[in-house]
Amino acid sequence: MATLSNNIDARSAEFAANAEAMGKVVADLREKLATASLGGAEEMRARHVARGKMLARERIDMLLDPGTPFLEFSPLAAHGLYGGDIVAASIVSGIGRISGRECVVVANDATIKGGTYYPMTVKKHLRAQDIALQNRLPCVYLVDSGGAFLPQQDEIFPDERHFGRIFYNQAQLSAAGIPQIAVVMGSCTAGGAYVPAMCDESIIVRNQGTIFLGGPPLVKAATGEVVTAEELGGADVHSRESGVTDHYATSDAHALGIARRIVANLNMPERRTRGIVEPRSPLYAQQELYGIVPADARKPYDVRDVIARIVDASEFDEFKQLYGPTLVCGFAHIWGHPVGILGNNGILFSESAVKGAHFIELCSQRNIPLVFLQNITGFMVGRKYEAGGIAKDGAKLVTAVSTTSVPKYTVVIGGSYGAGNYGMCGRAYAPRFLWMWPNARISVMGGEQASTVLSLLRREGIEAKGGSWSAEEEEAFRAPIRDQYETQGHPYYATARLWDDGVIDPADTRRVLGLALAAGTNAPIEPTRFGVFRM
Amino acid sequence: MTKPFHKLLIANRGEIACRIIRTARRMGILTVAVFSDADRDALHVSMADEAVHIGPPPARESYLHIEKIIAAALRTGAGAIHPGYGFLSENEKFAEASEAAGIIFVGPSAEAIRAMGSKSAAKALMEKSGVPLVPGYHGADQDDAVLAAEAHRVGYPVMVKAAAGGGGKGMRIAESEDDFAGALAGARREASAAFGDDTMLIEKYIVRPRHIEVQVFGDSHGSVVSLFERECTLQRRHQKVVEEAPAAQLSEDQRERICEAARAAAASIGYRGAGTVEFVANDDGFYFIEMNTRLQVEHPVTEMITGLDLVEWQLRVAAGERLPLKQEEITRTGHAVEVRIYAEDPQSGFLPSIGRIMAWRQPPEGEGIRIDTGFREGDMVTPHYDPMLAKLIIHGADRAEALARLGTSLDHFQVAGLKTNIPFLRALARHPSVAAGKMDTGLIERELEGLLKADDEPAAGDIAAAAASVLARTPDVAAPSPWDAQDGWMIAGERRRRLLFETGDGNAEAIVVYRRGGLFLEVGADTLPLRFNRRADGKLDVFSGDIKETISTVWNGEALEFVTPRGRFGWTLVDTTRGDDLDAGAGGHLRAPMPGAIREIFASPGDIVKRGAPVLVMEAMKMEHTLRAPADGKLVALKYAVGDFVEEGADLAEIEPLETEG
Repeated sequence: MATLSNNIDARSAEFAANAEAMGKVVADLREKLATASLGGAEEMRARHVARGKMLARERIDMLLDPGTPFLEFSPLAAHGLYGGDIVAASIVSGIGRISGRECVVVANDATIKGGTYYPMTVKKHLRAQDIALQNRLPCVYLVDSGGAFLPQQDEIFPDERHFGRIFYNQAQLSAAGIPQIAVVMGSCTAGGAYVPAMCDESIIVRNQGTIFLGGPPLVKAATGEVVTAEELGGADVHSRESGVTDHYATSDAHALGIARRIVANLNMPERRTRGIVEPRSPLYAQQELYGIVPADARKPYDVRDVIARIVDASEFDEFKQLYGPTLVCGFAHIWGHPVGILGNNGILFSESAVKGAHFIELCSQRNIPLVFLQNITGFMVGRKYEAGGIAKDGAKLVTAVSTTSVPKYTVVIGGSYGAGNYGMCGRAYAPRFLWMWPNARISVMGGEQASTVLSLLRREGIEAKGGSWSAEEEEAFRAPIRDQYETQGHPYYATARLWDDGVIDPADTRRVLGLALAAGTNAPIEPTRFGVFRM
Repeated sequence: MTKPFHKLLIANRGEIACRIIRTARRMGILTVAVFSDADRDALHVSMADEAVHIGPPPARESYLHIEKIIAAALRTGAGAIHPGYGFLSENEKFAEASEAAGIIFVGPSAEAIRAMGSKSAAKALMEKSGVPLVPGYHGADQDDAVLAAEAHRVGYPVMVKAAAGGGGKGMRIAESEDDFAGALAGARREASAAFGDDTMLIEKYIVRPRHIEVQVFGDSHGSVVSLFERECTLQRRHQKVVEEAPAAQLSEDQRERICEAARAAAASIGYRGAGTVEFVANDDGFYFIEMNTRLQVEHPVTEMITGLDLVEWQLRVAAGERLPLKQEEITRTGHAVEVRIYAEDPQSGFLPSIGRIMAWRQPPEGEGIRIDTGFREGDMVTPHYDPMLAKLIIHGADRAEALARLGTSLDHFQVAGLKTNIPFLRALARHPSVAAGKMDTGLIERELEGLLKADDEPAAGDIAAAAASVLARTPDVAAPSPWDAQDGWMIAGERRRRLLFETGDGNAEAIVVYRRGGLFLEVGADTLPLRFNRRADGKLDVFSGDIKETISTVWNGEALEFVTPRGRFGWTLVDTTRGDDLDAGAGGHLRAPMPGAIREIFASPGDIVKRGAPVLVMEAMKMEHTLRAPADGKLVALKYAVGDFVEEGADLAEIEPLETEG
């Protein structure tokens, strides 16, 4: 294969400035992630531990094979929402290896409002189940939750992708042969009771786990019966009498050990998480990505310098290198898995869009997963281009992206604007995973453009009425628009709302993609049937 | 009159068979092994050019079965048989049968074996040849007064001993004249009971005895030489534990005298082949005990100091050649020491330990380290034969160097899967009295408690070594999936792993912290970076903080035995996800699982029953159901009798749990 050369001068002042800027945002990201990883307030954690319970992340740690990676989903979910203290949306989810098998783990964090479900909690839980379904990964639910957060029940309970969907998904996943395993380590009240009840196999921890449709206060109110939680729905009731749970554990650790053995006994079909060729590290340091991405987002740079630091041995065989050069397409391997990479080197023209569609057809025919490195301000505008049919060429790319059956993985490494987001496989185009770099921005258009467009319209309106608009007035009008776009286009804003699966350190990109590609091999690739390409 | 042979049958097993095969092979002689059912896959069978199955595991039906072994030699065309040691090595009938079948017996003549076979006859013979004997009375006049007079002549302390004796029965020590009558009566009583014969010998009782023996060699041309002495004073219950050459404290003059006596003993019976003349010695002198007409287990120490191959000599002499060297050509260099590594548990009275060898790691051979063994990793140690695993032989410039190297070599000799005496031998090799050469045959029994001290006291570095051993157990995968990574990578937070070990007398704990910068280990209040490299020799280089240590670990299931610069430890990795025993301490009621009749009752009220012990048997639905105690406890009530018909759920018995210990 062709080896990408190193075009970077790591000793240049520009590189240093870029690296410093990126270093700052990564440091900020790390700090936020570290805070998120603590879970609830110290007092709540102390109280939780004093009851003989393990913290949500400790549970996951013990559940997973020692020392193996954990690909966590959206650790900054609900960041800045609901008053800001619903850390990680009070639920920890991700892919980890249990008894040699990659599984999706979903763990309630009872140290945050008793692990109750906020709207983003529901969204995050459902997203984990989507990932499990797409990648055919067994699910292990570590349940410790008071159920729906009642004050926001209208945003949690009734809609299509609300609380009920969790159990619908469990049934669908189970029906698809994807094991569903629950470990009841705390409350499972009301609707929550269905998590273990809907599972293929369930475990309950003595003196910790409880399952009931109505808790003791509700029972007392309804029938006058006075009963303790343990008598009503504890481990002994459910393991000896009701049969709601299948395994009786004497501690959190014991329960996790049982869960590991259950996974060991799943006998799922053999799959290959190793690549088809031996993985080789890139020739150039991944850390150099910090200095490659310009601190000023408007400055162009060559996406090949990014690819060279992500793919095996920095080897990249380019397709149509001389045609439509603003979209770089080519074949490479990541951790031994073959991939087709599409990366932006500027705005999308008709040629680049058509080239991209062609390339996706190739990958679809050859069962090669796609990786989108998204850094796009959009499609070219102007009379010449509209007349040239850029809309129909853009549509070809969007059709190809939408209807291909190969797994798609998107990393937003810069801007994600307008229809560029669509053509480059934004969240709406169902990539298996979508991550953002901390320097990325996402919105329908840039803040500058939006404020320009809106102020143009405004000026036309004012001037049509014969009024005048001073430069100061215009700036006063534009500044809040720019601010709004900056805030809403920021990765933290995006990730808080589950528009992505997490904000990642650029230096982790290769690892994250490798883990996702490997986990993705659990699901067979279905044959692609494309939609009609407008010619 | 040389009669060379081209094929040799070894009528033995284990390390000695392997050792003989090696020399034969070096001399261009083909080898035939014999084996019992228990040894089908044994090393000696694998090493030999041919091997013949000779019967079931009991030695009587295989390795001691003369006809089968002679038949095997005839069938394979072996021209000679080497008997090794033990088994048939000192069996004159075997020697005769070999010669009768036209096969050379690698050993002395049947007459020589017979002559030395009877201890009393041998002593009489030695007395005639002027070999010093323990002063004593072996006469036929058994009158009490005669015996007392003889005791007086010999000089106190004396030992009164049954002539037919053995195994310490019918034996008494009289410290002085006053004790004699009582000692004699006691010995006679025991001898009558044990052997039906109360004939007594009187011998001088040797205070602080040492065991010194001389290696001798004779050929069929009338030459006899000695190859210096060995000291085997460190014994436990008359079993040699440590052997060395030369003796720890012997002047050149004493050495010359004892070797001369040994040569005289051998010459007196026209001895041919390898033999050992054993003496008991103390500061007063040395006295003949017996002559072993075979190659000894401990012969390698002689080989190490003389640079000779005694098996080669045996084969040459057996072929009728002259001894390769004259007495004055035989020299010695340095000091050699041997220990016998046994599959036995010193902590439980040295009971043999039977099982599979799950891991075997020995110090590298060469440069003065020799290891003779018949076992390899994966082999079974069976109850049928002597559980000696290996002999570790060290050669040093002097005794101090040999003992020091013995200690460090034992440190790095690891066998997992069964108990061994290695820890005991380590302690012995470093015992101050052993180092000083101040030994007598009672040393081990006297010092046993200190020698059996369990593990060394672990330091933080040892816990780090145990942790690294656990982490290194996960193999490196050649072409890994990113999921195979062992660096604990995650996006938010850090992975941790609690490692809990059961040590000999408590627990040790460490937490592995996986960080982006590498692994860290929390031990107590300290957090240190931890790194390790697997070495080609299977050991680990462990970097903990700014210290690098080389450690060696062998595993048997979850049990790990590891050696660090500070000591040697046998720990068990605890499964931290194990649950509590649900039934432990939970007494309660035994209830009828279905309607049926009581058929049998095994316990009565007041009995203490063990958990799982049958309490009663019910017959129901044509099946017998045994109801067992749910916990250790006291049966406080039994409400039915045999023959009673009970309903489902009937409360049959009540068991009160025992108070559990603190």
